This record gives sequence, C-alpha cells and structure tokens, in this order.
Amino acid sequence: MLAYALRRLLLAMPLLLGITFVSFAVIHLAPGDPVELQTGDMSMQQSAQAYQELRKLYGLDQPLHVQYWNWLTRIVRLDFGRSFAPDGRPVLNKIAERLPITLMLNLVEMIIILVLAVPIGILSATRQYSLFDKVTTVFVFVGFATPDFWLALLLMILFGVQLDWLPVSGLRSLNWEYLSFWGRQWDFLSHLALPILVATFGGLAGFSRYMRQSMLEAIRQDYIQSARAKGLAERVVIGKHALRNAMLPIVTVLGLSLPGLIGGSVIVESIFAIPGMGQLMVQSVFQRDYPVIMGNLVIVSVLTLLANLAADLSYGLVDPRIRLAGRRGRR
Amino acid sequence: MRGLWQAFAKNRLAVIGGLVVAALAVLAVLAPVLAPWDPHRPDVRKILEPPSARHLLGTDQLGRDVLSRMLYGARVSLAVGFVSVGIAAAIGIMLGSMAGYNGGFVDATVMRLVDLMLVFPRFFLLLAVLAFLSPSIWTIMVVIGLTGWMGVTRLVRAEFLSLKEREFVLWSQSVGATGFRVIWRHILPNAMAPVLVAMTLGIPAAILTESGLSFLGLGVQPPFATWGNILNEGKDTIEIAWWLSVYPGVAILVTVLSYNLMGEGIRDALDPRLRRGAGRFVARGR
Repeated sequence: MLAYALRRLLLAMPLLLGITFVSFAVIHLAPGDPVELQTGDMSMQQSAQAYQELRKLYGLDQPLHVQYWNWLTRIVRLDFGRSFAPDGRPVLNKIAERLPITLMLNLVEMIIILVLAVPIGILSATRQYSLFDKVTTVFVFVGFATPDFWLALLLMILFGVQLDWLPVSGLRSLNWEYLSFWGRQWDFLSHLALPILVATFGGLAGFSRYMRQSMLEAIRQDYIQSARAKGLAERVVIGKHALRNAMLPIVTVLGLSLPGLIGGSVIVESIFAIPGMGQLMVQSVFQRDYPVIMGNLVIVSVLTLLANLAADLSYGLVDPRIRLAGRRGRR
Repeated sequence: MRGLWQAFAKNRLAVIGGLVVAALAVLAVLAPVLAPWDPHRPDVRKILEPPSARHLLGTDQLGRDVLSRMLYGARVSLAVGFVSVGIAAAIGIMLGSMAGYNGGFVDATVMRLVDLMLVFPRFFLLLAVLAFLSPSIWTIMVVIGLTGWMGVTRLVRAEFLSLKEREFVLWSQSVGATGFRVIWRHILPNAMAPVLVAMTLGIPAAILTESGLSFLGLGVQPPFATWGNILNEGKDTIEIAWWLSVYPGVAILVTVLSYNLMGEGIRDALDPRLRRGAGRFVARGR
C-alpha cells in the first residue's frame, strides 16, 4: 500500500507544477499587456497604481521564464500578493476566511449525494424497468438538464417569497446575535437548506445513474450466480457480494466529479450570497482583482488535486487489484 | 446505416428529442422572421407587462418583448453550443489521434495534459480566463471550447489504440502510407462514431455552461439576448415578474434534455451492446 501511495504521490507532482504553469499562462492570455488593457474602467490614478502593482507582482517587464520562476517561487510560499480592493489585504487571508465555508458545503453535499444515490442506484438496478426505475430515470434526465441557477431561482420564488419558509441569502439572519444557542443552529441550517438542495440536485442525478449502471454490471457477473447457487439470501448476494464490487467504480467517479462539484460552488454561492470561494471568485472577476483571481484559481485546483489523490488512495485501499497491478507490471 | 436508423427510430424518446432539436434549430434560424417585436427596442410604456396576447411571454424591465428576446437567445445558445463543441472536438481529435497513434512519450505527454486540465474546476478556470479577456460571444465560444476537449481526446485515443492493431491499418502502413494518411484516411473515419456521440452530448453541456456564465453576468453581454442573461436581468424583479425567471429556464431545460435524449439514442443505436441498456452518465457542463 505504501508503494502504491508513493507512486500516486509522484504522479501528482507534475500535475501540481502543471497547475502553476496553466495559471501563469492565464495571466498572459490577454492580447498585448495584460494590465493596460483591462484597467480602462478604473480612474487614472487607480489604474496606474494597479498597473504598477501587477508589474511588480508578476515582473511583467522581465523575460517569460524569469517571470514564471518568480511567480512559482512566490506561490510555493503561498504569497499571492495583495488584493486590489480598497482594503488591500493579502490574498491568502481573504481566501483563508472563505475556504472553510466552501469546503464544508462541498463535503456535506458529497455525503448527501452518496447517501441517497447508492440506495437509489441499487434499487433501480435490482428492479430494472420497474416503476421506481422509470421514475428515477426521468429524474436523472431532468436533473441533468436543469440549470442549477434556474433551480435556485425557482426555489427562491417558492420557499423564499411565496411560502416565506426559508431565508434566501447569506448564512445568518440579521438577528443572529440575539438568538439562543439552538436558535442559532436552526438559523444556520435553514440558511443552508436551499443552497445544498440546489447543489446536490444535479450530482444526485449523475451518481444514482452511475450507481445503477455499475450495479447492473455487477449483478450479471458469474460470482453472483454462484453466490445465489450456494443458497445465500438475496439480501446478502446484493448487499454484500454485488454492492462491494459495484462501489469500486463509484470511487473513481467521485474523484472525477470533484472539480465539477467544486466548480458548482461558483453559481450556488453567488446566488445565495454565501461568503465562500465561489462568491469571492465572481466578485473579484467583476472588480478585476487579478491577484485574488489567480490565488483562487491556484488554491482551488491544488485542493481538487489533493482530493483526487485521496480518492485514488481510498480506491487502492478498497481494491487490492489496483494496488498490486503496477507492482506486477514493473517486474 | 439502415439498421442504425431503425434502432434509433425504435427509441421513442430519442426521436422526440431529435424533433425538438430540429425545431429549435429552425426557430433559431428564422428568429428575425418569427420574432413579433424588435428584441432590442425598449418601450417605457410597457415595462414588465405580464404575458398577454400582444406579448405572449410578457415584457422585461425595459419593455422589450420576452418571446422575441428568447428567439434571438436561441441563436446565441445554439451557436455557442455548436462552435465551442467544434473547437473542442478539433483539439480532441488532433491530440487524441497523435497520442493513440504514436503511443510512448507523445501519448504520455498528452494524457498528462488531459489529467492536468481535468484537475481545474472548470468554472473557476473559465472565470479566471474571462477576467483577462473582455466577454463577448466569441470569447465565450473559444473559452468553452478550449476547456472542454479532454473527453474527446480520451475517446479518440482509446479508439486509436484498438484500431491501429487491425489488419487494414497494418496493411496500409506496410505499403508505405505516411502516418498522416493512415490516421486521416483509415483510422479516423472508423473512430468517428463515438466522437459524434460525444459531440452531441457536448452541445447541451456547452449550452448549460454558457447560460451559467451569462447568468452570472460574465458571459454574453447585453444588449445581446441569451437565455442566461435574460434570467440574470430577471432575478432582480423575481417577486413581481415571474415570467422573466421561468420561461428562459424552461427553454434551457427543454433544449438540454432534448439533446441528451437524442445523443443517448444515437449512442445506443451505434452500440448494440448498450441497446436498451442503462446508458452511461452524461457529463455535466462544468
């Protein structure tokens, strides 16, 4: 297992470097000088200041490889410079106070998706073409096609405006200070309800579809036949023999869909005014706060890479074939 | 070909999806003829009128006809879908065939590049790029295309890996055909089927991405109407003008749903093993 973990870790290294390289390339996307072009709508003084700041930060007057090296040595120390916003705070601080919110939301979403999608997938696979299967199939297709921002708007109209059951923005009510301990918990949860519902909707469709597919393949295998033949209860055949094998691809899909889930925070956080990384990203794009944008991009991608790595490792943990395959190949 | 068509025609949902897709294309092309009002002309006397016989889907906060704006929006959505998927497919086919045909170092490099691009949460990458460029229909198309070629690359590579060992390829290599000719004339035509399916399913994904960006106000800019930016403008008046927030969303939903149904139908028809089968899961936009 240790060898497997090390190998995965080594494979992740070039990707880490690649993330910094692509992000660096993004700065140079703008035709001509990346700074001059986009500061047009600021005042003269502001724009001149921002220009100097960017020049200094990225060393734009130096040759490309020197620029890249400077940028790399800086972000290795997590120094993303200072925000262009009037507060001028270090980018890292701005990101650090928003990161936990986005992480928490994504973690909760993922848990909810898995907890619901696995049983849904099992049920529709074992009862293929039943009414339940058909209903979930319709749900899957509609779930795929529903834009999450639109779903958010509809839910806001329904629960926020018409019924007035749930708050539609932020994480706390205005009177949060005056609430009791349990009142605060309830307030927090009620603020989270709609964003989490929206964020899990599309993912739930994808995962339950995938779980169904994976389960269908598993129950067609010979070892399921033999498990039945030796007289095991159907509950054990499905719940143990089939499920274990069907879960394996799900771990891979989980890793692959992480960037999608995290990317979804952009929309959900900006609609529901949740102060996370996604909202910060949108705000800084509007304000052309380049240091924050670049810091955000690098940090989010590195975190996704780490999460992918974790998914890979857990895959090796549950499936001995994966963990041993490379070793045999090398020899 | 005939068998294919029959297999596709048997799938009722896929046929309905195909018909809706065709109808949408016609509506988009004929938008200037069909639109009852000028989509860009404001009218202060008719601000936020609910749906009526004169304005079937109501008017927006500037008094513009929503139906006309949505018809013009269909053009943008479809154009963005087609062009960005075209760009993604061109890149994917090029890189995928290079990787699959050559193998070795080229293959390893291309695949690492794919892995790298897949690590970026797409919306964050898109926003970072758009912050440096001024958003317009063209930049949106290019940017969505440039961040969406990884799936096609993997598909093409996988096809090439299995096809390049086949007799007809070995034969043409042994009679001295150049690598480019073998790829272009012999392998690629045989590898196109899954690519076409991926492209069909890529269009709705691109439409979702574009509408998401436009909804955030960072996609196609007003006065150009797109479904996404009508929703963006409508969200401020959501409490008094529901029609601005409902109809464009329905349009997106129906379009994406139809493309997905059609795409899955084509795939099932192409792949007899999957026929009547469960289908794989469709990649979402971001």
